[in-house]
Amino acid sequence: MGFATRLVSVLILLAGWQVAASAAGSRLLPPPLAILDFIARESARGDLWWNVGITLSRVGISFFLAMTLGVLLGIALGRSRRLNLVLDTPLLILLNTPALVLTVLAYIWVGLNEAAAIVAVVLNKLPNVAVILREGARGLDPQLEEMARTYRFDRRTWIAHVLVPQLQPFVVAAARSGLSLAWKIVLVIELLGRPNGVGFAINYYFVQSLNVAAILGYSLVFMSVMIAIDILILQRLEAYVRRWR
Amino acid sequence: MSDAGAEGSGSADRGDAALRVAIARKVYGAGGPEPVEAVRDLAFSVAAGQITCLIGPSGAGKTTTLRILLGLDPDYEGSVTPHPDEAGIAMAFQEPRLLPWRTVEQNVRLALPRTARRQDLDALFASLGLTPWRSRYPGALSLGMARRVSLARALAQKPGILILDEPFVSLDDTSAAALRALVVEAVDRTRMGVLMVTHNVAEAIEIADRLLLVSGRPATLLGSIPLEIARGSRERSWIEARRTDLAKRFPTVIAG
Repeated sequence: MGFATRLVSVLILLAGWQVAASAAGSRLLPPPLAILDFIARESARGDLWWNVGITLSRVGISFFLAMTLGVLLGIALGRSRRLNLVLDTPLLILLNTPALVLTVLAYIWVGLNEAAAIVAVVLNKLPNVAVILREGARGLDPQLEEMARTYRFDRRTWIAHVLVPQLQPFVVAAARSGLSLAWKIVLVIELLGRPNGVGFAINYYFVQSLNVAAILGYSLVFMSVMIAIDILILQRLEAYVRRWR
Repeated sequence: MSDAGAEGSGSADRGDAALRVAIARKVYGAGGPEPVEAVRDLAFSVAAGQITCLIGPSGAGKTTTLRILLGLDPDYEGSVTPHPDEAGIAMAFQEPRLLPWRTVEQNVRLALPRTARRQDLDALFASLGLTPWRSRYPGALSLGMARRVSLARALAQKPGILILDEPFVSLDDTSAAALRALVVEAVDRTRMGVLMVTHNVAEAIEIADRLLLVSGRPATLLGSIPLEIARGSRERSWIEARRTDLAKRFPTVIAG
């Protein structure tokens, strides 16, 4: 039932698009089939998968770095009042700095290279992860802490069985919101200063030929890949983390 | 051990004292604008092979006292001998405090050294009626069952001293009686000393070897009463008579 409703809503969307495109008769609003056609040709040339692959690896590397650093920072902030006092304001500033500003500054200060791109994504995403994990670390159950101390849990046991299970839901939440944030930023960063990737390709078709079919084609493919990752990996991870409830 | 006006404190240690507690003073917020004295002159011992029940009004500083016994709060005047780290103390908390993301078996196992023998654990689970629940998560258990798991985790330590904080509260009569029988059986089988905190005076008179009556804040020992008749042969009428008598002598602790 749920699936049928979703399918109907997508079909109506596509039909509306098709009607609007026919009525407009302009290459600025291509019909759905023109986009599929572009995807097929670009994919046959290999450009599509090359660019998608490059963007994916940028998202992957920066996502991994931002998650690792953000989780560690967030736990430290949640557990140390003093560290939180020191870093709270810088974190707030970073959290409210537009992605565009961070990106441009990274390119200026680090150079127009791969490292700058990764630094820019990490700086954009890390504060969100840290803030979510800080909440998690603050909410640790004091009764379980006492229990662990009473039973003299060693550090490894405490981390694996008391700390990590309490933080897991926060890590998964940070990962899901973080992944969608990261890939959107990666595209902007590619547009501003990389010679390849989905963001570069979209900019190329925009500046060169106003090829809307190409722009939508690239977006559609990349969105599908990210949604697939969310459903196939992150949502399953979330279900696994909540299995005991 | 300081004299806290404890009745018969000289004869308190017929058994070997497994744990001696002498808290002269415990103050919260000392040096601050409003220091609160939680405990004053609370001295008692827990004898091996006996059940000692601590009875006092709620908010009497019993949690404070237990935290000191467990070595969770070193900031007090007085002493606990042997030191909590060496006393072999295990605790069953009032809220069972199980890790909800670990199974019943994992909860018990995590509190044990890795060298613990599997047969011992099997026997323990069987004796507490927990065998069918071993691979379940605590969320699937009733409060009575969760308390049993908590008791299993404590007993698995083979403790010298077992501390029970309101172990039977909020249980239906059948579950409470079953759990009580398990505790009594465990004490009779081992030589461990039990310190049990409770509000339920009749329950305490039913199973304790000694009652400690404690006043409200600051917690101070008002009386230490041995119960002479053996646990098994205490009649309802005797328990009721003792209760009435105690209510007369300690009206601030026990409501008539």
